[in-house]
Amino acid sequence: MAEAEGQSFPAVDFERTPADYKHWKVSYDGEIARVLMDVDPDGGLRPGYELKLNSYDLGVDIELADVVRRMRFEHPEVRTVIVSSGNDRAFCAGANINMLGASTHAWKVNFCKFTNETRCEIEDAERHSQQVWIAACNGTTAGGGYELALACREIYLIDDGNSAVSLPEVPLLGVLPGTGGLTRLVDKRKVRRDLADVFSTTAEGVRGKRAVKWGLVDGIYPRSKFDEAMAKRAGEVAQEAAAKAGDTPRKGITLEPLQVSVEDNSRSYGSVRFSWDDETRIAELEIDGPSEADLEVVRGGAEAIYAAGSKLWALRAYRELDDALLHLRVNHLNIGLVLVRAKGDAQRLLDHDAALAKALESGHWFVNEVVAHMARTLRRFDLTSRSFFALGDAGTAFAGNLFELALASDRFYLLDDPDQPVHVGLGALNHGVLPMSHGVSRLDVRFYGDDAAAKALAGKQELLDPESADDAGLVTVLLDDIDWDDDVRVAIEERASLSPDALTGMEANLRFPMPENADSKIFARLTAWQNWIFIRPNATGPEGALTLYGKPERPRFDWKRV
Amino acid sequence: MQPVSNSVDLTSKIPNNVGLSDDPKLRKALERWLPNYLDWWRDMGPSDFADKPVYLRTAISVDNAGWAHYDHVKMPDYRWGIFLNPLKEDEATIKCGDDAGKAAWAEVPGEHRNALRRIIVTQADTEPASVEQQRLLGHTAPSLYDMRNLFQVNVEEGRHLWAMVYLLHKYFGRDGRDEAEELLNRRSGDEDKPRILGAFNQPCDHWLSFFAFTMFTDRDGKYQLAALAESGFDPLARTTQFMLTEEAHHLFVGQTGLQRIIQRSAQLEKMDPNGDVRNQGGIDFDLIQRTINYWFTYSLDLFGGEISSNAADFFASGLKGRFREAKKYEDHKAQSGDYRMHLVEGGKLVEKDIPLRNAMNEVLRDEYVADCERALRKWNKVLEEEGVETRLTLPSRRFHRHQGIHAGHFFNPDGELISEDEYRANEQKWLLTPADNDYLLSIMKPVHEPGKFANWIAPPSRGIEGKPLEFEYVRL
Ligand SMILES: [Fe+2]
Ligand SMILES: [Fe+2]
Repeated sequence: MAEAEGQSFPAVDFERTPADYKHWKVSYDGEIARVLMDVDPDGGLRPGYELKLNSYDLGVDIELADVVRRMRFEHPEVRTVIVSSGNDRAFCAGANINMLGASTHAWKVNFCKFTNETRCEIEDAERHSQQVWIAACNGTTAGGGYELALACREIYLIDDGNSAVSLPEVPLLGVLPGTGGLTRLVDKRKVRRDLADVFSTTAEGVRGKRAVKWGLVDGIYPRSKFDEAMAKRAGEVAQEAAAKAGDTPRKGITLEPLQVSVEDNSRSYGSVRFSWDDETRIAELEIDGPSEADLEVVRGGAEAIYAAGSKLWALRAYRELDDALLHLRVNHLNIGLVLVRAKGDAQRLLDHDAALAKALESGHWFVNEVVAHMARTLRRFDLTSRSFFALGDAGTAFAGNLFELALASDRFYLLDDPDQPVHVGLGALNHGVLPMSHGVSRLDVRFYGDDAAAKALAGKQELLDPESADDAGLVTVLLDDIDWDDDVRVAIEERASLSPDALTGMEANLRFPMPENADSKIFARLTAWQNWIFIRPNATGPEGALTLYGKPERPRFDWKRV
Repeated sequence: MQPVSNSVDLTSKIPNNVGLSDDPKLRKALERWLPNYLDWWRDMGPSDFADKPVYLRTAISVDNAGWAHYDHVKMPDYRWGIFLNPLKEDEATIKCGDDAGKAAWAEVPGEHRNALRRIIVTQADTEPASVEQQRLLGHTAPSLYDMRNLFQVNVEEGRHLWAMVYLLHKYFGRDGRDEAEELLNRRSGDEDKPRILGAFNQPCDHWLSFFAFTMFTDRDGKYQLAALAESGFDPLARTTQFMLTEEAHHLFVGQTGLQRIIQRSAQLEKMDPNGDVRNQGGIDFDLIQRTINYWFTYSLDLFGGEISSNAADFFASGLKGRFREAKKYEDHKAQSGDYRMHLVEGGKLVEKDIPLRNAMNEVLRDEYVADCERALRKWNKVLEEEGVETRLTLPSRRFHRHQGIHAGHFFNPDGELISEDEYRANEQKWLLTPADNDYLLSIMKPVHEPGKFANWIAPPSRGIEGKPLEFEYVRL
């Protein structure tokens, strides 16, 4: 399909503001926010499909991601978010099938990954910000629609004898409910696995009392009582969440639009530069540490940090990084390797992190949001299917929170040159404040099985010279200035020559040692299976179920189990 | 649960040709369902006429002698039977789709179980729904003859529910039993438990709507049943084949009812010095046209989306055929070929070719529209014979739609795409209004004297089963 080349369509932009939402209406009433999904059928991101029955594409989900993020930063007073539908027939019919059917494999994968991250952000909002999402399913809730509901803490379904929750992917489309559906069914809602089996193979789904009995929803209400019941429940949930959030009044900040200058081969933000070379298939991602002035702000404590709003380095730079990562994923499919550099003053990064950690202890909501956002962005980095080499050459500042980028990269090359001394450093945020999606710090992942090494670094907040860093196990390859150019070049060339598929699979396996949790199961197990099924003839071959959905012919399966 | 007193004689109470007496499992399921059904009939069936003997036709077997047995019966004592057309071994094939020509299924195939259940439940839901919609009409019947026809339709819709519940009980296990219960729990027009399909939640509170309903909405039923009569699931095919024989009477009631009104209005127009039908207490032609516009289009919605993957699936898998699939068509696979239809794209009405299988709902709708046009021709012939100028028309199938590709766009009755403003400005002219209903209710006074008819409707050309018009069709 056309977007395989990535050039036939304009690049996807990930920045949204509420004023230009096409598909969502958000209203606020004190502690309760209402998010109404009302997808514009003609508002698809690409031509060729109609977003009927509140079905969605990437564009719809980019707006949702913006809703979720702004809710936390701009409306911290909100404790309950009720998501429901403005469509009179469906709550949400899930991902648009025609869009999926017409999409390339890469587009489907990127789409699913992004939607998965957004669903995880919904759960993250409850975990870290006491913002509890509740799904008020006021109509048919099918496929991705039910998966959206599953990301909410509670699900209520209208009891009109007709509206059902369902996961029709397997029986109708020959693919999986891949946006966390299967995982959340058994891992989060703890639906019995045999009932989950029945549910996931019944296209029409389950409604009414049985949906409650099986644990698929938390309650059902008739149409005449639905809105009232939702309002009541929202109030109760808000009260509970408020008890945990504390009663300090919170006033949101404004997430100002990112400043970016775009050129043919680069996007330059305030602190982030992302550039690419389509010829070599290599991109460079450079991030500047905080300035002296940025450090001063953080040293000023929680109130000063709050006053800086979205200009705060830790928020701005990470928003820029996040945006760059999304562009990398969706608009630069041929880029295989990303060289990552952190620039600035390593000691200043440690000071910055120490001050930020101190402000975090004060419990200020905004500081909490800033750190949670850093963590999410780093997780997006972990989950980006490109090779990352962190390069610690002259002027490097892989220290503190930016050292996480070195840990998140597949390899870390560090220069050891007495003429151009560099340092790396661990700070207050490296010891569990910025966990990976399976809940553990990158440092713990790095030293899984090597307790001695882990112990030696536990709680450490200091600069390390290249040799000590290497001794401590923080460096992949330590190179002196004579070897640097050649060795790095060879490593890059070698990497760029390997099979991109094999690398994607290998990296995804090597990046996440240690036990799984629900999030990592979604990104690893569920996604991997889904991506496999997506390329199987039974789904996307000429006679596959996904290809033929809505077409006059019925699918023909190759019955061999693989 | 209390043992049901009539459980012993269930088989004699329920005439059937499905071997109920030899099927203890099925009998048990029906025994459980029966009291709830009777409760439903008592609560939602025709109000206040339970103790009045009505001259009803009862089917007691499917052969020629047995299917039309006439007698005065109190409605609660009507014998709701379960009948399938007799099995014809050689004809029991899958009539359409990928497996056309193979042996039909005597049992539900697993892969089609859910789809078949949905099809049966959706059809079944319409049967009690119409009884609910019509429950108050007995009080304003224009004659005993019409009252009897209303009740005949009602008890047969009840029997159709039985027929569908039989299928659910017999072939769909516990799910089927649950669905059968739910059929008694939904209520037409109820905000919380509405009937499944739109037209079956519209109020039908006077006789003009009743006739229009039986003319247009029951006629949808005829075409749905006819499509299911081609089903590869043999018990469904044979059940619906038998239901069609009863449905024909409902259509007769609707078509002749409207025709008698049209005839009477023509007479009243001639009688009045100013040609004012209302002045003579009749129903003017504009109002009749608005009624046609309203019920015809709501009934069109019932056929489902013009472009439908469900329709394609049902056809491809042999669950639902076209009208007279076996007789009328040579190519039962319909794998290639397109159907050209009008649809709105970019604010304009354009023509587009849709793969034939995806257009099966529209193919069935074509048959229906042609059938309705035949009735319109008959009515206009009556107008011609009466010597009045007016002619009635069917609106475009794009007008006033709530389902399918035309829903959400605005068309005038000629099918031209217009703005919402223009539509709203003319809605009152095109569709039934509350004022229409008020007027109709004001003239609908019951007539109980045998052989007499309300002023706004002409008598029929003959009575029921050779009985004269003066016959006491309902003993009040
Ligand atoms: Fe019927
Ligand atoms: Fe009928």
